[in-house]
Amino acid sequence: MFSEYTTAELVSIFAMQGFAGLILFSVFVLMALGLAIIFGQMGVINMAHGEFMILGAYVTYLISNLFSEYMPALFSIYFFIAMIAAFFTAGALGAFVEWAMIRHLYKRPLDTLLATWGLSLIMQQLYRTVFGAREVGVSLPDWLMGSIPMTDTIDIPINGLFVMGLTIVISISVYLLMFKSRWGGQVRAVVQNRPMAGAVGINTEKSDRMTFALGCAIAGVAGSAFTMIGSTGPTAGQLYIVDTFLVVVFGGAQSLLGTIASAFTISQAQSTMEFFLSGSMAKVLTLLVVVGILMLRPQGLFALKIRH
Amino acid sequence: MKKVPLSKALGRYSRRALLCATAALSASIMLATTAYAAPKTAAVNTTGLAVTDDEVTVGILHSVTGTMAISETGSVQAEKLAIEQINAMGGVLGRKIKYIQEDGASDWPTFAEKSKKLLVNDNVAAVFGCWTSASRKAVLPVFEQYNGMLYYPTFYEGLEQSPNVIYTGQEATQQILAGIDWVVKEKGAKKFFLLGSDYIWPRTSNKIARKHIEKKGLKVVGEEYYPLGHTQFNSVINKIKLKKPDVIYGIVVGGSNVAFYKQLKAAGIDLTKEKPLLLTISVTEDEIRGIGGENIEGAYAAMKYFQSLDNPNNKAFVKAFKEKYGDDIVIGDVTQAAYLGPWLWKAAVEKAGSFDIDKVREASPGIELTTAPEGYVRIHENHHLWSKTRVGHAKKDGQYDVVYETKELMEPDPFPKGYQ
Repeated sequence: MFSEYTTAELVSIFAMQGFAGLILFSVFVLMALGLAIIFGQMGVINMAHGEFMILGAYVTYLISNLFSEYMPALFSIYFFIAMIAAFFTAGALGAFVEWAMIRHLYKRPLDTLLATWGLSLIMQQLYRTVFGAREVGVSLPDWLMGSIPMTDTIDIPINGLFVMGLTIVISISVYLLMFKSRWGGQVRAVVQNRPMAGAVGINTEKSDRMTFALGCAIAGVAGSAFTMIGSTGPTAGQLYIVDTFLVVVFGGAQSLLGTIASAFTISQAQSTMEFFLSGSMAKVLTLLVVVGILMLRPQGLFALKIRH
Repeated sequence: MKKVPLSKALGRYSRRALLCATAALSASIMLATTAYAAPKTAAVNTTGLAVTDDEVTVGILHSVTGTMAISETGSVQAEKLAIEQINAMGGVLGRKIKYIQEDGASDWPTFAEKSKKLLVNDNVAAVFGCWTSASRKAVLPVFEQYNGMLYYPTFYEGLEQSPNVIYTGQEATQQILAGIDWVVKEKGAKKFFLLGSDYIWPRTSNKIARKHIEKKGLKVVGEEYYPLGHTQFNSVINKIKLKKPDVIYGIVVGGSNVAFYKQLKAAGIDLTKEKPLLLTISVTEDEIRGIGGENIEGAYAAMKYFQSLDNPNNKAFVKAFKEKYGDDIVIGDVTQAAYLGPWLWKAAVEKAGSFDIDKVREASPGIELTTAPEGYVRIHENHHLWSKTRVGHAKKDGQYDVVYETKELMEPDPFPKGYQ
């Protein structure tokens, strides 16, 4: 396995794969963070998470068209505006969905699975009706597409760096929001004990709505970022949902830190294995390892100690 | 209607009435002649197909929902266009084609069920449809059991031949051999890296490609497969950089393509420099719309049809397609192959002088189409098409420049000796 490479090559392989793993890690965190908030904190199994991502991607597509049509001079910065728009569009839709559907199901968490799955089908069909069945091409400003050459074989993709930077910004924001702000305290209180939180004067309905909306909004930003690396089509969201749940469950649903740790473990393992084994094999092995660990530790890598 | 002698009518009615009567008379004569030209239904349909004196029913069976809808939309559009044009020319054996469209929903059992419905309940005279090999394999036993006729438009891995299927796309060797020969001869390629999505078509195609490359004494330096829908290609791109192949032979399918080409570009592999060069048989103009022309500019594709083909047939086809479906539509290889289906069927029916499946099948080998957008095609004994293979060079605007085409039609060889 290693014998066909020289030592120098192996060093650069591990460097390159480590970096590829970091990009994958950022992608996983972006995918999973929104879900970790919704699933981990609220207990809602959101099968439509991928469709919220694609909503962000479509918003990016629309805004890129808008800019190339009317403001070509500002095209190089459209991406930032698109991400903000994706955040608010997906967030607003999330708030609406919570109001129309999810809030009636808090006592029946398994039913949220069915309801959101239905929602995901509806959203896919809407995308198909509005944007057509074919994938749409999102053009990116040139500066996002290049790479920084490090050595002969190592180039660092700029969009990879961009996704990493974005992941750091969003992770820190979520951390501050959940653990340092008054609102975050309320959310955590509602999750732990809804009647008691209500009794001390927390508006639990509002808190739920904002939490769900936040999770969806982060999905929207993730989708916007993924237009750099993935496809934008009505069913593209489905590609992400399995990996996303894998990361969240493996990390321990209720722990945001667990989500990040699990994303890191899975991405590095997969990335290294992908180099020495085939792509499909790496995926299978990753799944097997995750399943094995979950059998030993059903609560995930990091679990909060909660008295039941 | 009471008959009035002409003289009496002249006396009783005005001149205008006479004119009306003459018009009616000539109309009835015309009707009589068309009815006379079209053979009697009993003669052209002895097996109870859905054929009436003025209509013949066919089926269209593609996915309009689910993950394959992205690819199959173009095929549906092409088949409908062909049917419309045939009807405008007077139909088949004097009968207008009516179609029943069913949705396979990207689900293979659904394909089988719907094909049974079309054959058994609707008694259609032919079915145009399917896209993935999996859907074709699912409907195959149904077509064989109920003796239907399927016109299958996708380029595919070969290793199949059914009396009930006409394959209007290329089988694997037609696409692969000419493309590889070309990069070896014109670009001096020696080292190949094979890459594909992980299912039967890419694996079989790469097997043929590897055999062909090794037969020439050249080298395959890597072969990799990724699950369908995979979106992270950084690892394999690193591997490509390390192995330094002359040619990346990439047959990734569907949405994964978007991720692959974007990441290739982001990792500093500029395809326009042709170092390494990229040759694909899976990216048509359709996929480029999702990938973005700027990300695939400089890549080469080997297939039989490109929208930019410069011949009168194709110009008329592209024009008609755009008039019907809008100016910004693009036409890929499979879309053109789907368009051939109804025309080949019409030619076979007319040669057979009957809609009966057995007679149409018997008449099929040797049928030629001089009006095909790709130029000229002919049906081989093995139910595949003789066709040319071309190499296209991807441009920024999402179209291919045709840089090479085989001099002769390539013989379809679904069971290549020494390649399996």
